[in-house]
Amino acid sequence: MRKMTMPLLKREVLPIRTETDVVMVRQAVRRLTIEQGFGLVDQTKLITAASEIARNALDYGGGGEAQLETHLEGGKKGVRLIFEDKGPGITDIAQAMTDGFTSGGGLGHGLGGAKRLVEHFEITSTPGVGTRVVLARWK
Amino acid sequence: MDRIPILRMGSFLIVTIQVDMHDRLAMALQDDLTSKIAATEAKGVLIDISALEIVDSFIGRMLANISGMARILDAQTVVTGMQPAVAITLVELGLSLPGIRTALNVERGMELLRTSLAAAGEPDAEDDDAAFEA
Repeated sequence: MRKMTMPLLKREVLPIRTETDVVMVRQAVRRLTIEQGFGLVDQTKLITAASEIARNALDYGGGGEAQLETHLEGGKKGVRLIFEDKGPGITDIAQAMTDGFTSGGGLGHGLGGAKRLVEHFEITSTPGVGTRVVLARWK
Repeated sequence: MDRIPILRMGSFLIVTIQVDMHDRLAMALQDDLTSKIAATEAKGVLIDISALEIVDSFIGRMLANISGMARILDAQTVVTGMQPAVAITLVELGLSLPGIRTALNVERGMELLRTSLAAAGEPDAEDDDAAFEA
């Protein structure tokens, strides 16, 4: 795990209130990964992970917001994404991370799959308060 | 609401997804395709995703659902043109799309559908005369 004190280049905040917002998050992440010089596979992995987490925030968290950040750490360029909702939270994170587990209608690959697609993954959730997921990848 | 257009060509239905779909659009496509298979008695469905920059678990599930529903309605489905970066990401995400037939491009996808329908003894599998009688 990398330490999270990375020099921040830029931050933007996007709402996640509708399905169209999820599309906007994907497109913004695409733009930032291109700006940071990511290759196509790395771009695709981070966008896909962001799509899973943004959808979770909407479907299970009742909406929230995404903070999209670009960083430069020791010459390495990175993109860090923070998703926050004020939903019911997740009582058993270990179970929610398991492939095949879903409380909705999905395939249950969202959280566990998203974790495999990034280099840094962090999830904190408090029942009744909300859920926060941090994703990051470096070039 | 926007809709993804579905083209009919003989006994095949052809869809090319050119936009970054939000979830409801994907669900609408799934419903539209299923009704159209039943209405047109289509035997094959080709879905080209060469313009899709990502396939996440939701879109993956939609493709699997379409393929499964089509099978129950006696039609075969082939998904064509998946970009290599999308394929790599999908597998890492944990989705190997079991039960979905794929081809590298539309041409090979059509060939696959024709061959497998001919093998199944569908009389009009090679027949393009009936095309566009929408």
